[in-house]
Amino acid sequence: MKIIVNGDVHDVPAAASLAGALEQLGLGGAVVATALNGEFVASAARGKVTLSEGDRIEVLAPMQGG
Amino acid sequence: MRRFYGVELSSRLMVGTARFPSPAILSQAVRVSGAEVATVSLRRESGADRAGQAFWSIIRELGVRVLPNTAGCRSVKEAVTTAHMARDVFGTKWLKLEVIGEDDTLQPDVFGLVEAARILIAEGFEVFPYTTEDLVVAGKLMDAGCQVLMPWGSPIGSGRGLHNLFGLKALRAHFPGIPLVIDAGIGVPSHAAQAMELGFDAVLINTAIARARDPVGMAEAFSAAVEAGMLAYNAGPMETREMAAPSTPVIGKAFLT
Repeated sequence: MKIIVNGDVHDVPAAASLAGALEQLGLGGAVVATALNGEFVASAARGKVTLSEGDRIEVLAPMQGG
Repeated sequence: MRRFYGVELSSRLMVGTARFPSPAILSQAVRVSGAEVATVSLRRESGADRAGQAFWSIIRELGVRVLPNTAGCRSVKEAVTTAHMARDVFGTKWLKLEVIGEDDTLQPDVFGLVEAARILIAEGFEVFPYTTEDLVVAGKLMDAGCQVLMPWGSPIGSGRGLHNLFGLKALRAHFPGIPLVIDAGIGVPSHAAQAMELGFDAVLINTAIARARDPVGMAEAFSAAVEAGMLAYNAGPMETREMAAPSTPVIGKAFLT
């Protein structure tokens, strides 16, 4: 199924978990924060969150800031 | 000694980590500055370059306390969600809360700011709100539970120094008990010294260091300026006057005409 990660379309297996999708994207074990369809998902909860077709995911990491 | 949410800081210089020419210069500048607090942000991460992971190792190596921001957020919901994400990643309750209301000046939306602060403080965050020098807004932020305020000196990245001296002095005078950090607009070390001479508790500097010809040298200059300004405030600056007052005694002067 297709999901949108940081604005780009990606294919993941049907009923993939958020944690599984991050693994597939090369971000397994990375220090990141996630949001699903605009709502925050805590790192500890990612394994329990099942994705659906068309879901929008934001994956954010530490970055320079003022 | 002022405490920032219970934390004593020996340096009153806080630094931002953006816009440096290279990660190595960023590290060196932060070390030379003596700052114990550095602001950080969150941006989209790609599995291809994992740029955020590399940046995070640099910050961890510096051993500074991080102050995550909600830069670029324009609504309460966006700021609150970003705050949740920042706490998850950085593992700190500290948050530099920005809700931007105007694009040309990057002026805070103070209405959204107060609302977001109230929500986040109820959730256990320790909020450093990026605000204006407005006294009423400052009072409402404190009512919401803010124990530190970060008034702007002038627009972010402008380097114009302290625009509204009257307003900033009034803010300091009205709220003597709360730590006040000048955030935004400081361009040169004399601006930082001036803020400290007025009794502000710290300054947050980013662009003025990062975009200097020699950021490491400028970090050192800011460190010295903040120290000088704080010493001057503690020493009690003289009163200013409208007219000249001779510093050399007049009594005993010879009559030579």
